[in-house]
Amino acid sequence: MARTVWRESPKKLEVSDRSSAELHVLAVDDSLVDRRVIERLLKISSCKVTAVESGSRALQYLGLDGNKDSIGFQDLKVNLIMTDYSMPGMTGYELLKKIKTSSTLSKIPVVIMSSENIMARIDRCLEEGAEDFLLKPVKLSDVKRLKDFILKGEETVEEKVTTHKRKLTDGHDASPESPSSSIEYDPSSPSPSAPKRPRL
Amino acid sequence: MDRSHLQRQLTTMRMSLFDQGYLDEQFLELEDLQDDANPNFVEEIVTSYYNDSTRFIRSIGLALDNKPLDFGKLDQYMHQFKGSSSSIGAKKVKKECTQFQEYCSAGNAEGCSRTFQQVKQEHATLRRKLETYFQLARQIA
Repeated sequence: MARTVWRESPKKLEVSDRSSAELHVLAVDDSLVDRRVIERLLKISSCKVTAVESGSRALQYLGLDGNKDSIGFQDLKVNLIMTDYSMPGMTGYELLKKIKTSSTLSKIPVVIMSSENIMARIDRCLEEGAEDFLLKPVKLSDVKRLKDFILKGEETVEEKVTTHKRKLTDGHDASPESPSSSIEYDPSSPSPSAPKRPRL
Repeated sequence: MDRSHLQRQLTTMRMSLFDQGYLDEQFLELEDLQDDANPNFVEEIVTSYYNDSTRFIRSIGLALDNKPLDFGKLDQYMHQFKGSSSSIGAKKVKKECTQFQEYCSAGNAEGCSRTFQQVKQEHATLRRKLETYFQLARQIA
């Protein structure tokens, strides 16, 4: 029996998928201790969490491992990926690249976490499309800031999709009837520790 | 011993762990993640850390027995161990890890071996202190 495969039609964003602004975060870290801490940080911040131990497991979960019948496939959309940089096997950087070059997943924001504050590393990750680079150990304030930023972006995407759907069904250009969401996406919103603010 | 006495003991113990540099502010961050629904979170994380880190200690010990030393591998193990130690706020352990990594970069085998003894010592000392601390905390709860 066929399941709804959201990744085949990524634009089918049902409003109900977002379940009252709860983000679903995929956390990737080879350290069990760090996985447990990040999980707690995210849960306290009212996020749904899926924590995996490697880049390959992450790709499996996201359905990018080429296996259409992935056991790890979930119906829950991932709104954010937080990955450790230094991991055996696939590094966080390599995972980032795979996600950003994927036609289905490239829009998911990816954040890199690292215990090492290396400028060249940070630059490389941001250039590859990482949304942010967090220094470990990650703090609750980091997660809060991240969540606020991602939520703003999600709202914007949803507005665009709703407008697009309306255009398709009406068969002509229609301006959105619903008052546009009061949340404005401000690309220049202050975020002290984020090195750069890329477009969303 | 009455409860308020135990509480005072606990507070003193806690303060000294910070004052003596065994723990840093990351431990405080972990405490902030504790609530009524997860009252033992910090202890659980620390337990997880000690279960995990035993593995690293063993790997590093074995690697140090393999002459000539593979400094790259040693550094990698230590990097991971240091990361976990950092996540629980294990300040002195972290410091020794950093020292060890410096000796790795310098290719100093003797320095590595010596520092590894320090790492193990701090690791064990902190474990004892935290076990006592959590035991007391549980008595009061």
